[in-house]
Amino acid sequence: MSVVTNTTTIGAIDAPSRRNTELMMMVFAIAISVFAYANVGLAIDGSLPSGMFGYGAGLILLGGVAHLVVRKFAPYADPLLLPLATLLNGLGLVLIWRLDQSPRLIQRAEYLYGSYSPDAPKQLLYSAIGVALFVAVLIVLKDHRILQRYTYISMVAALILLVIPMFFPAVNGAKIWISLGSFTIQPGEFAKILIAVFFSGYLMVKRDALALASRRFMGMYLPRGRDLGPIITIWALSILILVFETDLGTSLLFFGLFVVMLYVATERTSWIVFGLLMSAAGAVGVASFEPHVQERVNAWLEPFSKATMAQSDQIAQSLMSFGSGGTLGTGLGQGHSDLIMFAANADFILSTVGEELGLAGMMAVLLIYGLIVERGVRTALAARDPFGKLLAIGLSGAFAIQVFVVAGGVMGLIPLSGMTMPFLAYGGSSVLANWALIAILIRISDTARRPAPAPAPTSDAEMTQVVRP
Amino acid sequence: MNKPLRRIAIFCGVLIFALLARTNYLQYVKADELNTRDENRRVRIERYAHERGDIIVDGGKAVTGSKETEDSDFKYKRVWQDGPMWAPVTGYSSQAFGATQLESIEDGILTGNDDQLFFDRTMSMFTGDKKQGGNVVTTLNSAAQKAAFTGLGDKKGAVAALDPQTGAILALASTPSYDPSTFAGNSDKDSKAWQTLQKDKDKPMLNRALRETYPPGSTFKIVTAAAALENELYTDIDAKTNSPVPFRMPQTTQDLPNEGNIQCENVSLREALRISCNTVFGKISDDLGNQKMIDEADKFGFNKEVFTPVRADASVYPKDNPPQNAMAGIGQASNRATPLQMAMVASAVANDGKLMQPYMVAKRQSPSLDDIYTHEPEQLSQPLSGENAQKLQEMMKTVVESGTGSNAKIPGVTVGGKTGTAQHGLGNSENPYAWFVSYAKTDSGSPVAVAVVVEDSKATRDDISGGGLAAPIAKKVMQAVIDSKK
Repeated sequence: MSVVTNTTTIGAIDAPSRRNTELMMMVFAIAISVFAYANVGLAIDGSLPSGMFGYGAGLILLGGVAHLVVRKFAPYADPLLLPLATLLNGLGLVLIWRLDQSPRLIQRAEYLYGSYSPDAPKQLLYSAIGVALFVAVLIVLKDHRILQRYTYISMVAALILLVIPMFFPAVNGAKIWISLGSFTIQPGEFAKILIAVFFSGYLMVKRDALALASRRFMGMYLPRGRDLGPIITIWALSILILVFETDLGTSLLFFGLFVVMLYVATERTSWIVFGLLMSAAGAVGVASFEPHVQERVNAWLEPFSKATMAQSDQIAQSLMSFGSGGTLGTGLGQGHSDLIMFAANADFILSTVGEELGLAGMMAVLLIYGLIVERGVRTALAARDPFGKLLAIGLSGAFAIQVFVVAGGVMGLIPLSGMTMPFLAYGGSSVLANWALIAILIRISDTARRPAPAPAPTSDAEMTQVVRP
Repeated sequence: MNKPLRRIAIFCGVLIFALLARTNYLQYVKADELNTRDENRRVRIERYAHERGDIIVDGGKAVTGSKETEDSDFKYKRVWQDGPMWAPVTGYSSQAFGATQLESIEDGILTGNDDQLFFDRTMSMFTGDKKQGGNVVTTLNSAAQKAAFTGLGDKKGAVAALDPQTGAILALASTPSYDPSTFAGNSDKDSKAWQTLQKDKDKPMLNRALRETYPPGSTFKIVTAAAALENELYTDIDAKTNSPVPFRMPQTTQDLPNEGNIQCENVSLREALRISCNTVFGKISDDLGNQKMIDEADKFGFNKEVFTPVRADASVYPKDNPPQNAMAGIGQASNRATPLQMAMVASAVANDGKLMQPYMVAKRQSPSLDDIYTHEPEQLSQPLSGENAQKLQEMMKTVVESGTGSNAKIPGVTVGGKTGTAQHGLGNSENPYAWFVSYAKTDSGSPVAVAVVVEDSKATRDDISGGGLAAPIAKKVMQAVIDSKK
C-alpha cells in the first residue's frame, strides 16, 4: 500500500489525530454558550441568571465526556464535528431558555394547558441522553461497516417507526408523534438514519448492477426492475406514509436522500433528472389532493394576505422577526420572536436567532450548519469503503436538506413543512437522532483517517526467492 | 464515487448559499418594509413598554398616570384621575382603541418619541436610563374645572372658560362624560366598556365644549351689538334706537316676536340687551345686512376651526337671505356656535376688544422636566375697538346687575354677562338650550370669561332659561378662578 492514497483529500496515513484542536474548539463552543446564557439573563433581569452555574457545569460535563470518549474510542475522528454540534446544542439551550422566560408564551401555555413548565431543563435532559447515545454509538460501533449487516433490519425498523404514529392521535394536524405517557417521540428523525443505513447497504451491493445493467430509454439509462425494485418500493412506501401523516418536511428529506444516494452510488447524472421528474410529478400529485399542502403553498406565496393571517400568522410573524432583527439583531432576550407563539422554540427557533442575533448571527449559525455538512462530505470523500462513503454522504446530505427545508421554510424561501433545526430546536427525538448521526459520522471519519497498520514483516519476499534445489 | 460526491458537496453548498442570500434579503433589504407593516405588533409593544408622560394641570398637578398591567404585550396602560371630569381636556389613550385630543396630539412628547426629545433619548441611551415620556403642562385650572363639572352635574351640557388676557383655557367640561380609564387596556372588560359608551344615546364621548355646535340664542346679541357699534349704526348705548314693535322680518309677512310681554319699542341698546329684545337685534342684523354681520362674526372667530391645539368645530354665521339673516342676528336660524366660541366672544369684550388665540398647552417638558416649548400668548384678532368694548362691557354689566343675568352676581367683583334660551328642533318642538356667557373683571383686568350651555331635556320647558340654569354654573366657575388667583 502506498503512503498516500490519491482518492482522498485527507492524508490517510500518519494523519495527526487533532484531538487537542478538538479540545480547544470545545472550550470555545462551551464558553460562547455560557456567555450567551449570561447575556440573556442580563438582558431580561439585569442580573446573572441563577441557573448559569448548573447550565455551564452541565454543558462542560457533556462536552467533556463526549470529547474524552472521542479521544479514547475514535482518536482520528474529524476534530470539528463534535465542537460544532456542541456549540449548536449549547446555543439552542440558551434560545429555548430565553423563550421560556417569555411572559407571552407562559400566558399562552397557562391558557391552553392550565399550567406551564419550562422547556430548557427538559432540553438539557434530552441533550444529556443525546450525548449518552453519542457515547454509546462510539463505544459499541467499533467499525461502521458492522452496520452493513443490518441493511434489511434497518429497513424494517424504519418502516415500523414510520407506520407507528398512524395509530396515535394527530398533534397539531400532523401524525408524526408517538406518545408514551408524557414522553413523545418523533420517529421520523430516527427513521432518517435507518433509511440512510438501508440505502447505503443496498446500493453498495447493487451499485454495479444499477449502473451498468441498464436499458436505454429515451436517452436515459434505466436500471432493471429487479435491481431498482426494492429500493424504489421502500422509498415510495415511506413517502406515502409520510404524506398520509402530513409530514411533508420528512418526505421531502427522504426523497432528497434517495436521489443523492442513488446518484453517488451509480455515478449517473441521468438519475438526477429522473429524480427531479419524479419529485415534480409527486409534488403536483400530492398538492392536488392534499388541502394541507395547498394551504402551505398559499401561505408561502402570500404570508400577509387576509386568508393566510386568518389561518395562521406564523410565517408572517417569523418574517417580521427576521426583519426586526436587522443587521445586528436586538440582542439576546430583547426581541419579540415569541409573537410566533406556537412552536417558537421548535420549528421556528431560527426566527429567534434572526431577531435577537440579527443578520450577523444568522450568517454565523448557517455557516456552522454549512461546516457540519462540509465535514460530513469530507468524511465521505475520505472514507475508503463504498458503504462508508454512501452512509456519510447520505447522513450529511440529509442533514443539509433538513437545514435547508426548515430554514427555508421559516424564512419564506420555500413553503413551510414542519421539521426541526438540528440541535438548535427543542425536541428530544431531534436531539437524540442528531447526536447519533454525528456519532456515526465521527466513527466513519475515524476509520477513514486512522493510519493503516504498518505492513507486518512477512517472509513472503524471501519465500519467492527460494530457489528450489 | 468521488466525482458525484464532489457534485453533492457543491449542491449542499448551493443550499446553504441560498439560505445566506435569503437571510440577507430579509434582514437587510426587506427589513424596513417588514418593520413598518401594520401587522407588526412590535411598534405597539414598544409604545406601551415604558411609562407615558403626564398631562399636568394647575402648573404642576398630574391628572394622568401609568399603571403596570397584567398583559404580556403592553406593559403600561394609561390611568386618569377624575377621568370623567378631565376627559374633555385629555381625551383618551387606549391600547385597543387608539387616542384622541391631547393624548393623541401630544403623543410624541408623551411617549418620548418626538423629535424634540432626540437629545434626551440619545443621552438616556448612554446613561442607561429607562426610556420615559415627557410631560404636557396645560393651562387648565382644576378649581374652575371642578366647579364647571359639578355645576353641570347630571345635566347634559358644556362649559368653556378662558383667560381673556392670554387666551389660556381654564376649564373645559362636558357632560355626560366618560372615564377613559375604563377602556385604556385591551382586555374584554375594556372592550365591553367601550361598546357600552359607543351605544349610549347620550353620547358621553362627545366633547360638547369643542365639538358640538348649538344655536347660540340671545347670547349672540353681544356679537350683533358689537357689529352695530363697530359699524356705527348706533354709537350711544343709552340713546333710543329706531326699532318698532312688532318688527316685520324683511321680505316676509312674519313678525319677529319678543319673548314674553317686554317693552322693546325704541329702547336703548343697553336696555335691549338687559331684557333681551329680539326686535332690536333682529333689526340691527337686518339694517347691517348679511355681509357685515358675517364680517363681525368672523372677527370673533366664527366660520373657522379653532385649534387649541385640540380642534374645535367651526362655529357658523352663514351667508343667508335677509329674513334668515335677521333671525341669525338673534342667534337662531342657521347660526351655530360652540361653547368655546361663545367664551371667546365674552373674552374679546372683556379684554377691551382684543381676542386672544385660545390655547391649553402652556409648556411641553422633556422627561428630565426641562421646558422644550413654552406658549407665547398671541392675539387672534380685534373684533371691536377698545372704546366699543367698554360700551359693551357696560351693557353686559347691566344685564347681570339688573337684568336677566342676576344669578351670576358675585359680591365685590364686576361681572358682565348675557343669557340665552335657544330654540331648537323642528318648529321649536324640543326643549331649548339654556345659555349663559359672562366675564368677571377685577382691578387687574379680566381673569376669566366663560360660556355655559345646558341642554336639559328632563327639565320642564318653562324652567329652562339661561339665567336660571346656566348662570349659576358660570358664577361658580368665575368664583373659582378669582379665588385661586388670590
